[in-house]
Amino acid sequence: MASQLTPATETEAAEIIRDHAERAAPLEIRGGGTRAGFGNAVQAAATLSSSGLSGILTYNPAEMVMTARAGTSVAEIEAALDANGQAMAFEPPDHRPIMGTTGEPTIGGLFAVNASGPRRITAGAARDSLLGVRFVNGHGEIVKAGGRVMKNVTGLDLVKLMAGSHGTLGLLTEVTFKVLPRPKTAATIVLSGLDDEAATHAMAAAMALPVEVSGAAHLPESVKSRFLSGGLPEGPATVLRVEGLEASVAVRVEKLAAAMQRFASTTRLGPEETAVLWREIRDVKPYADGTMRPLWRVSVAPSQGEKLVAALRLATGVDAFYDWQGGLVWMRMEADPEAEILRRYIRALGGGHATLVRASGAVRASVAAFEPQEPALALLSQRVKAKFDPVGILNPGRMTTGEPA
Amino acid sequence: MTEAIKFLEPDAAILARRKEIVDDLAELVPPERLVHEPVELVPFETDGFLAYRRRPLAVVLPETTAQVAAVMKYCHRYGIPVVPRGAGTSLSGGAIPQEDAVVLGLSAMSRILDIDYANRTATVQAGVTNLSISDAVGADGFFYAPDPSSQLACTIGGNIGMNSGGAHCLKYGVTTNNLLGVKLVLVDGTVVELGGKALDTAGYDLLGVVCGSEGQLGIVTEATVRLIAKPEGARPVLFGFDSAEAAGSCVADVIGAGIVPVAIEFMDKPAIEICEAFAHAGYPLDVEALLIVEVEGSEAEMEAMLASIVEIARRHGVRTVRESQSALEAALIWKGRKSAFGATGRIADYICMDGTVPLGQLAYVLRKTSEIIDRYGLRVANVFHAGDGNMHPLILYNINDPEDAARAEAAGMEILKLCVDAGGCLTGEHGVGIEKRDLMRHQYSDVDLAQQMAVRAAFDPAWILNPSKVFPLEGRE
Ligand SMILES: Cc1cc2nc3c(=O)[nH]c(=O)nc-3n(C[C@H](O)[C@H](O)[C@@H](O)COP(=O)(O)OP(=O)(O)OC[C@H]3O[C@@H](n4cnc5c(N)ncnc54)[C@H](O)[C@@H]3O)c2cc1C
Ligand SMILES: Cc1cc2nc3c(=O)[nH]c(=O)nc-3n(C[C@H](O)[C@H](O)[C@H](O)COP(=O)(O)OP(=O)(O)OC[C@H]3O[C@@H](n4cnc5c(N)ncnc54)[C@H](O)[C@@H]3O)c2cc1C
Repeated sequence: MASQLTPATETEAAEIIRDHAERAAPLEIRGGGTRAGFGNAVQAAATLSSSGLSGILTYNPAEMVMTARAGTSVAEIEAALDANGQAMAFEPPDHRPIMGTTGEPTIGGLFAVNASGPRRITAGAARDSLLGVRFVNGHGEIVKAGGRVMKNVTGLDLVKLMAGSHGTLGLLTEVTFKVLPRPKTAATIVLSGLDDEAATHAMAAAMALPVEVSGAAHLPESVKSRFLSGGLPEGPATVLRVEGLEASVAVRVEKLAAAMQRFASTTRLGPEETAVLWREIRDVKPYADGTMRPLWRVSVAPSQGEKLVAALRLATGVDAFYDWQGGLVWMRMEADPEAEILRRYIRALGGGHATLVRASGAVRASVAAFEPQEPALALLSQRVKAKFDPVGILNPGRMTTGEPA
Repeated sequence: MTEAIKFLEPDAAILARRKEIVDDLAELVPPERLVHEPVELVPFETDGFLAYRRRPLAVVLPETTAQVAAVMKYCHRYGIPVVPRGAGTSLSGGAIPQEDAVVLGLSAMSRILDIDYANRTATVQAGVTNLSISDAVGADGFFYAPDPSSQLACTIGGNIGMNSGGAHCLKYGVTTNNLLGVKLVLVDGTVVELGGKALDTAGYDLLGVVCGSEGQLGIVTEATVRLIAKPEGARPVLFGFDSAEAAGSCVADVIGAGIVPVAIEFMDKPAIEICEAFAHAGYPLDVEALLIVEVEGSEAEMEAMLASIVEIARRHGVRTVRESQSALEAALIWKGRKSAFGATGRIADYICMDGTVPLGQLAYVLRKTSEIIDRYGLRVANVFHAGDGNMHPLILYNINDPEDAARAEAAGMEILKLCVDAGGCLTGEHGVGIEKRDLMRHQYSDVDLAQQMAVRAAFDPAWILNPSKVFPLEGRE
């Protein structure tokens, strides 16, 4: 059983990491552990937990900025924002259902994996909201980067580098991020009966309209009944979300529905159903199926998602649905992960990447969770990793990048 | 002008080999793409930070990524510094060369390579100007969001170098939020692709760190940027207040009410007077502070938003409210604001500072700024992006009076320190360049800076790329 280290302060965390660096003893970095099982397995005798570093430090709603210690639970953050009518614009997903894990996701873990939900298509990913961080690097040094203002171009943007680095560059101790007013209301237009290809065209047309569609997803027949407790109309559902002030949503929904008539028959969902549906899309509800069947999160150009799935279907058993107008494809494989064929097709369709989010232990031991990189890029990433963690003690092996080739 | 800011000493061995280097470069690019006659080098001696100038060794204006790679490979091999340059509109001296450096100017690489409406992306060469992207897609109902005031001239490569912003970034973000991928030539001439048309990149976010790196990590030759569907309409409203405090708390309450306009611009009394005298935009002259708030959307949406905003402004004792009733009026409201730099330039020489502060500190920083300016016996006009706390004090002085110039420079540095001490930072969009290089220690600890420099060194171990910039000359890795 790995020992668990739970520093109560940033200084203490720095001492622990310095001590481990001197002994070249690896550490597994852990937030709420809800992603345990994500990324490649880490071999470490000790786990360093952020759970002692908790609490919201500053929050001024009128400045749209919050600073919190990394171990603060996402639930606590969301409650504080909610009380002020605000939210994290990037809609961080809760992956406990698909991972079959329990525990409390932390704000540090969320930025460490660059979590982003359906609104990514307009509001950006977690990294786009992250303004500043404090972290302990692999030397045990405490480093601050960025700030707490929306615009900051002072020196290199290490903040972006830390976002999505999965604990391999440093232990985040504090994060400052932008928040936005929570939309006052929301509505969804459902286009029924489109196949994947037609849906892709319809979503592109919707995104080109001046109505600010803030979510565009396609739910093929195979998954559709698992949303809204089976309450969506007959046939595959292509769903488009509009959010904002009451008056403005009403007007834009009218326009959107009128423009979409030429693609399919449309129905509308009100604010409550809209909230439930998009949470289910965000949390990948169809594949929260209690299995360990391989689950991929694929990021490609929005117009290519459907082509990728069509090509894969000819070669293997795959079930899929599309978010971000097709730019994010969630895929559950019948049996084998088919990593090699999937990644080959992605390259052939113009690039992107696939992340193995869930799989049995045996599969995870043999398949790289993250997309392997071109040699020149891999080398550059390794050099960057070495500048943060020269001894290689932070989450060794979690991302393929940064590991000796 | 003063020479307070030091450059690295040029390498005598490189200077001595100038002729040979020019001959070698002539092998790598066509003759008309190489500039080396002293008189032809003059336009490349400085950028928008006119107080400093240095004559470069030579200027190369490549037409292809392969030529950029060949030049980088050569310079890397012989340890010759390289200064990337777009349109040279940097206000912090980011594109000012040094005597032993080759300037690599991307302005000739100005083709739009691909416009993809289905994926809402444009792929362009680095020398394409910011405005020409929006121009190319405007008729089809799209635009590229970041809109620096220099957008007619500045290049997308320079925007990426500085992570540039503009008045409309409150809603749409700055360059880094609108950039999907780049083709990057590394210091040794290797060409890599970071990102692409997919919304997320794989592995470490190297694209994120390249954006805003001021030409220190590699040469961007192509970029893929996001296109956004144009809103149906946009409408600015002008508000005049009796105090900066009242204007500031109005901004806070608008945002607190859940409304995020596309732009919230602030002008103080001196700025109002300067702009009005020049643009005749009909700005009120009896107020202390002016806000331009722009909303967008359909007619009904704009009506609804404006009604709430006006209501909030009234609660803060607004003295003047002018809603634009026509496109002409809207253009006039913006004309005043957009001419701020030009109009100021007509009445005096000025330096444009660029610090950011948390919104709650705006009124305090404005007050302190005027105290500093008074102490130096100078004048200042403030115009800025209030929605994101990005201040632009324009410090007026006389360029022909060296003492006045030194005072202006010293006052500017004090104001930037004030921004940092108020919880903000040294630069919100113009970059560090040479201008703010020596203040970096005010914002960052030695450990913070060492970590940034270490990342820089991962890309460019020998410090060949734009070496006099961004980081203090002492203590480099
Ligand atoms: C396989 C998988 C893929 C996922 N992909 C996405 C996605 O693409 N988008 C999305 O929105 N959400 C994604 N999630 C969900 C997201 O990770 C969780 O919602 C997040 O909040 C986990 O928080 P946690 O505290 O439980 O982190 P943990 O599960 O404890 O850790 C997650 C990762 O972050 C690192 N980490 C945790 N805390 C810190 C810290 N303080 N400093 C540095 N590193 C730290 C860990 O080492 C680990 O690599 C994914 C989850 C999994 C399991
Ligand atoms: C009147 C005026 C108004 C301005 N208004 C704004 C404003 O509203 N917002 C704002 O953000 N800025 C503004 N600026 C500043 C300036 O226009 C921006 O910084 C702009 O992005 C610079 O672009 P450029 O093409 O001129 O780049 P340059 O000045 O040539 O270079 C800028 C930096 O980027 C690097 N660089 C250039 N091209 C490349 C490349 N291809 N690859 C790698 N590095 C490169 C250079 O080395 C340098 O460090 C203004 C400037 C002026 C003169």
